[in-house]
Amino acid sequence: MSGVRQGYVRPLDLKQGVVDLTHGSGGRAMAQLIDELFARRLGNDYLGQRNDGALMPMPAGRLVMSTDGHVVSPLFFPGGDIGCLSVNGTINDVAVLGATPLYLAAGFILEEGFALADLARIVDSMARAAADAGVPVVTGDTKVVQKGAGDGVYITTTGVGVVADGEDFSGDRAQPGDRIIVSGGIGEHGMAIMAQRESIGFAAPIVSDTAALHRLIAAMRASGAAIRTLRDPTRGGVATTLNEIARQSRVGMMLHESALPVQPEVAAACEFLGLDPLYVANEGKLLAIVAPADADRLLAAMRAHPLARDAALIGSVHADHHHFVQMTSSLGGRRIVDWLTGEQLPRIC
Amino acid sequence: MKFIDEFRDGELARGLAAAIGQAARGGRDYHFMEFCGGHTHAIARYGVSDLLPDNVRLIHGPGCPVCVLPIGRIDMAIRLAVDVGVTLCSYGDPLRVPASGGLSLFKAKARLGSGRGASGDIRMLYSAADALALAQQQPDRQVVFFAIGFETTTPPTALLIKQARALALTNFSVLCCHVLTPSAIASILESPEVRRWGTVPLDGFIGPAHVSTIIGTRPYEFFAEEYRKPVVIAGFEPLDVMHAILMLIEQVNSGRAQVENEFSRAVSRDGNRKAQQLVSEVFELRRSFAWRGLGELPYSALRIRREFAAFDAERRFAVAYQPVDDHPACECGAVLRGVKRPQECRIFGSVCTPENPVGSCMVSSEGACAAHYTFGRFADAAVAP
Repeated sequence: MSGVRQGYVRPLDLKQGVVDLTHGSGGRAMAQLIDELFARRLGNDYLGQRNDGALMPMPAGRLVMSTDGHVVSPLFFPGGDIGCLSVNGTINDVAVLGATPLYLAAGFILEEGFALADLARIVDSMARAAADAGVPVVTGDTKVVQKGAGDGVYITTTGVGVVADGEDFSGDRAQPGDRIIVSGGIGEHGMAIMAQRESIGFAAPIVSDTAALHRLIAAMRASGAAIRTLRDPTRGGVATTLNEIARQSRVGMMLHESALPVQPEVAAACEFLGLDPLYVANEGKLLAIVAPADADRLLAAMRAHPLARDAALIGSVHADHHHFVQMTSSLGGRRIVDWLTGEQLPRIC
Repeated sequence: MKFIDEFRDGELARGLAAAIGQAARGGRDYHFMEFCGGHTHAIARYGVSDLLPDNVRLIHGPGCPVCVLPIGRIDMAIRLAVDVGVTLCSYGDPLRVPASGGLSLFKAKARLGSGRGASGDIRMLYSAADALALAQQQPDRQVVFFAIGFETTTPPTALLIKQARALALTNFSVLCCHVLTPSAIASILESPEVRRWGTVPLDGFIGPAHVSTIIGTRPYEFFAEEYRKPVVIAGFEPLDVMHAILMLIEQVNSGRAQVENEFSRAVSRDGNRKAQQLVSEVFELRRSFAWRGLGELPYSALRIRREFAAFDAERRFAVAYQPVDDHPACECGAVLRGVKRPQECRIFGSVCTPENPVGSCMVSSEGACAAHYTFGRFADAAVAP
């Protein structure tokens, strides 16, 4: 009698085990990693098809597609980790075009030696975020690079969604007179990361705002307000995003510093590190440009949603062939809010 | 935010602006130089100039440590990484300053990565202490800290060198480019534009508070007495700057030329004796140092004392300073002396931008050109509303 148990494979050691090069080789070890770590956590019918791609039904409308690489360091931070960040970030990129996000794909680049326990924690977090958002991860890919050629794990996610005909929130639609609304406190994600990196301790730590915004956006659309443009101010912060919109729409903008919602902890940490919260990344906030007559209605609809309780009207759009974004300071002076120069915070998302 | 918001209060600013408007006499102009790049930044960021009457003008001074570094000094740092093969640690801003041969530390860093035999490395730091930590982590590599800055940043560098000695580190050294505020002010006051030709009218100085927390207010008394120029030491919040302007106007109006201290919450006449002691233990005066814009100035910078020679990168690696001419179209020199305003440079905002700086003043956020480009250039264009 042979001692070989048919079909027995020793399970992955999710406590002590680490990623090795065989996990990316296409062989049995990779199949096991996918089965026991990825499919078990992210499981859904499409992923269960076990093909190189996924075959899904497609509702009517125009297709929206977006992709985003995530290289954040540290991988785990107050309020989230690279897993939920990679899900929420791509959902938001699809949703700000007015689309209903439907499916996600995820590509993992793992570094040899990365702890399987950490990987499991990250994939658990992705699974939770995807389930909460109702947007499944339907296909994926795993590659392993040699030690030193990566930094633990990088995750690229791609999302698709559909947008109804007639809906158009692209960045070139801002018009003079329009109002500018931000959905809540700015700079929270970037400062959560920076505070962690620089070991700045606060009694209550700054928590990343990472969140999927598609339901907030649905509520905003349901308000009936004439929304011109939506965008999530991630890297480069609110300042850079508004400059992008100003250039696309060929308009100028005027902000009011005193109207900007900034949590006291974020303001203090920025002060400490010499950063301007206008340039610090957000991962769960959006900017809306809205017709002036509908600004109050939109603001009320946003404040009724838990993700935008602190939404604020921060400025307005005007004609300006220089496409300057300007701001009246709390002091009463005026200044430009320029494009971000150089790299303020590397590897923030 | 407590202890910060009070100094950016719009109500108080309007009150101060009104007081300045009343104090400034019609029929004459007031020209004050804010020496320090920190003040330049605060003035531009908060739009302080907008609150001043037309006859009160601010002139940007040379007090931006990145701006006054001459090309030859950046070249030395690049040579250390590229030719000698050390790990060069620098704050972020110096990395982007254009050097010889179309290089900057940033560009040199990217090329080092391409693995053409060079073993050097260039790292960006947020804190000087990180350089020492890196040297401890990598005992087989030579780590050099590119130390720049005025008196505020010298005590931390001195401490670092003393720590390195206490730890008996043999792979840590400092490329010392620390410069001195009073020398730069003396150079401005002695310049022909101020002294002889009068093309740079100068009625007083706003002095940097953080420098004075170290050196006190006493070193400025000479300027007030000898050159009859009032000096007000001011903090870096917008209301500090406005308060200092009011104090300067009052001195000018009453014919006084004194050193006054607006920043009494942290600055004393004698400064921080302990820090001064630390600095003089580790550093000594250089006979001469080349500044961008101001040229060779005698006794205007520090070097590491012989007792600490083992931690002096200039001695350890025998890299010598070689002067290099600035870009012929670049007006950084004139801007640093207060002779020209950034927007009077031919290449400002066209060839020279923060993304592609030609001169150092467009690099640091404290540089006069970068501050004007980033915060103030709307004032050059007719813009609604």
